[in-house]
Amino acid sequence: MKTVTTGKIISISGATVRTDLTGLTLFERVSVGEQNLTGEVVRLEKDGTVLQVYEDPSGLGLDEPVKGLGVSLATTLGPGLLSVMFDGLQRRLDVLADKTGSFIYPIHLDSSLDLKKEWSFIPMVKDGDIVSSGDKIGYIDEGPFQHPIIVPPGTSGMVENISQGGITLEETLCKLDNGTEILGYHSWPMRVPRPYKKKISPKEPVITGQRIIDFLFPLARGGTSIIPGGFGTGKTILEQTIAKHADVDIVIYAGCGERGNEMSELIEEFLELEDPRTNLPLMERTVLVVNTSNMPVAAREASIYTAVTLGEYYRDLGFHVLLLADSISRWAEALREISSSLEEMPGEEGYPTYLASRLSSFVERAGIVETLSGDIGSLSMILSVSPPGGDFTEPVTQSLLRTSGAFLMLDTTLANSRHFPAINWMQSYSLYKNILEDYFKENFSGDWQTLRNRCREILHKEESLKEIMEIVGIEGLQEQDRLVMTVAENIRSGFLAQNAYTDDAFCQPQKTLDIIRSVTEVYLKGKTRKA
Amino acid sequence: MRLAEHKYRTTSRIAGQLLHVEDVHSARIGEVVKVIGPDNIELEGEILEVTKGNVLIQLFGETRGLNLENADIIFTDTIRQVPLSKDILGRRLNGSFKPIDGLPMFLASEWRPARGYPINPVSRLRPEEFIETGISAIDGLNTLVKGQKLPIFSCAGLPAKELVAQILQNAKLRESSKSFAVIFVALGLTFHEYSFYLKALQDIESEFAAIINMADDPVMERLMAPRFALTAAEYLAFDHDMDILVLVTDMTNYCDALREISNARKELPGRRGYPGYMYSDLASLYERAGRIRDSKGSITMIPVITMPEDDITHPIPDLTGYITEGQIVLSRELHQQGVFPPIDVLPSLSRLMQKGIGDERTREDHRDLANQLYKHYAKGRELKKLEAIVGRDGMAEPDQLILDFAAEFENQFVHQGTHARSIYKTLDMGLEILQTFDLVSDSFLEKQSKE
Repeated sequence: MKTVTTGKIISISGATVRTDLTGLTLFERVSVGEQNLTGEVVRLEKDGTVLQVYEDPSGLGLDEPVKGLGVSLATTLGPGLLSVMFDGLQRRLDVLADKTGSFIYPIHLDSSLDLKKEWSFIPMVKDGDIVSSGDKIGYIDEGPFQHPIIVPPGTSGMVENISQGGITLEETLCKLDNGTEILGYHSWPMRVPRPYKKKISPKEPVITGQRIIDFLFPLARGGTSIIPGGFGTGKTILEQTIAKHADVDIVIYAGCGERGNEMSELIEEFLELEDPRTNLPLMERTVLVVNTSNMPVAAREASIYTAVTLGEYYRDLGFHVLLLADSISRWAEALREISSSLEEMPGEEGYPTYLASRLSSFVERAGIVETLSGDIGSLSMILSVSPPGGDFTEPVTQSLLRTSGAFLMLDTTLANSRHFPAINWMQSYSLYKNILEDYFKENFSGDWQTLRNRCREILHKEESLKEIMEIVGIEGLQEQDRLVMTVAENIRSGFLAQNAYTDDAFCQPQKTLDIIRSVTEVYLKGKTRKA
Repeated sequence: MRLAEHKYRTTSRIAGQLLHVEDVHSARIGEVVKVIGPDNIELEGEILEVTKGNVLIQLFGETRGLNLENADIIFTDTIRQVPLSKDILGRRLNGSFKPIDGLPMFLASEWRPARGYPINPVSRLRPEEFIETGISAIDGLNTLVKGQKLPIFSCAGLPAKELVAQILQNAKLRESSKSFAVIFVALGLTFHEYSFYLKALQDIESEFAAIINMADDPVMERLMAPRFALTAAEYLAFDHDMDILVLVTDMTNYCDALREISNARKELPGRRGYPGYMYSDLASLYERAGRIRDSKGSITMIPVITMPEDDITHPIPDLTGYITEGQIVLSRELHQQGVFPPIDVLPSLSRLMQKGIGDERTREDHRDLANQLYKHYAKGRELKKLEAIVGRDGMAEPDQLILDFAAEFENQFVHQGTHARSIYKTLDMGLEILQTFDLVSDSFLEKQSKE
């Protein structure tokens, strides 16, 4: 690790600061000005360095000190993350509220984790054992979970002096023969994907409890779905409903550049609601990363990296993790603002030309993997997109379409007729439906595919009949076609629509199949009678 | 930190509202600068950029008459602050926060930065208390709650200001909050509009303060006025436990000012020339509405937006809709039919409605009724399109019924003229219209008969 170096501010333009300090590394973390604002190195030059400040730069002056901290902007990983709400730079918002009251002022916080809290540590290795990257040396009981303590990636050696029982995160759990101390937590640079043994191809779905998703456009464990939709189409409600009900171990919810009131509502609900699998409040399986629209823009850019690093950490512990980000467009806009303040050449719609590559490398951090210790862990993502004017031809939606596996298009017309979730069944798709077919067949019903085809067939027919009906009226249709229209209407209102505010918010896959089977039975009967 | 003012005469460039000064010894971002020009022109500005000794200053106010040689630039070593006091109520100030009602400036009991600080999401309290606006289309179907930000999307020529005036006259909190006040922010208003609003404000019983930026006032002040107003609102709401309604009109002028200033700064234009950071900038205003745990007060915000070309996908209404908690959309078609207020309930939405209605807030059957009215009206509007093709006679009887319902809904429920309706009256009327056409759902009737 490098030592701390100090220099001075030589120019400031908004949150972009230039310093005479040299010898820094790209993406190194810096402390800027007398208020110790957090910043990151974004460009190196011969006689100076350009920094991006992650907090409100008001009052920053020339000649104030800049310190290079010798480390990258990193995420702190260990027990005590669950049920906490962090900001984009992984500062605990509850601790921040204790210190600065209801409003956020730039202030320095020591650690993202409570290092003084006592935990009970149960070792799984003994002195003399050889351990390497990712191996579990023991675990700490945290709420419903046994939180394994792993050897940080890149470390290995022979265990000495392993401790047991009451410990705090500051204490050394064990020493390795090469002198490395292993603590209960470690940090990981947020922009670097965490290592794993190998990626495996997804075979199982994430059950979201949303009929239209699970049945028509399923998401695989380790896959990525995107939800683009204009305002008022119910992106946030859909993401939050999935966050509540999805059958995963850990949920990471990134509120990226969205409304503050939504976040307070989310916390209240998650504290009240129970996770049916553990009977504990949903909050205890959730980590929130929140950078609302009025919080500093640069920290918004960092927030999704904080979130994905947290997700990868739990994946490495052998959990199934779901990362929900609302919304990726706000992240892209933050990237655009930063890029524009660095005076980079803009690409399409002012976004930097590296938008697509940043997005695809972010999405690639999802996956189902064999971890370094040989467990199976997964990180799935559901990302909402807010296209300007509800126009899907814009760069963020288009880049994500190329990298994600499922596209759940939210439709303003459906939302205006209060059909929720307003997922358009004609335009949406899932590339996972074929690889998941076997799973559904084995676990639920052999006729999954048949039912699915039948449902799609009816909806397709309805679409083409709709225009005719508008002219001739339903009376003008043939009996057979009238049946299609009635059944399609039942599918739409009784199956595809799902009220997020009632018990119907979560629907078991078995029930999903039963409903669609009974709804489409009439159609089948009508069809055979005709034949 | 210098803790003293210092003066320069090294202006190297003036372009519109931007001023470059050279060889400045030390300067801070956001520092307030005073400029004294020939003929005693006195202007204030704020430091935007510092590069070595060169400083870029954004000026507020009219820059006509300034020259390079005779401008004294005074660096004050302070960040822009707003003087705050309860005495602001009853006053009228301009976009530079100077009184324009002929009275002297009030004494400040506190100073705070105009930009404000973001509310910590964990400290927010969920908005859930019903505000009665007296307008059926809002109270019944798009309910406003305390701490919400609910914009009005209007089109040029539609009676948005009459609607706002009516809300002002009727708006009372359910438990008739004792300390309720209005802060009115006029952005780029014409004299005609301004005098209309002022009269409306004087007619209401509640106290109010007005921050006024007229159509011919400096553009830069248009960007500052809402920030001053919201800083004052935060002070009154969260330090003095008051319920504040902030009314901002017209945000379209604000966004155009933002575009103008951004262009002068030679920033990269985004969609339709508006800067790429417009979303964050608008959020820094809208997100200041809300409630917090430490205080009984609240800030409710009603911004008015005139949609250019009646286009809801234009960047101004679009970005606003992504930040605010719903929208009230006015319709040209309803206006032409003579409906007042011409609120189109279909694209209108209140995201916080679910929490603000029901048993202890409004009435138990509110949600159920609202859903039924909405559902049938949506159906009716769809059938209207069909009617245009096949004619009324070509339609089935039940469809004709729905059509009649939709017309009745527009002409009775939405069209209420200028008098206020209580929430109970609104709900009763909704039920009555449903009953007339025999559209009340069976489950609803069952529930009613049980009670």
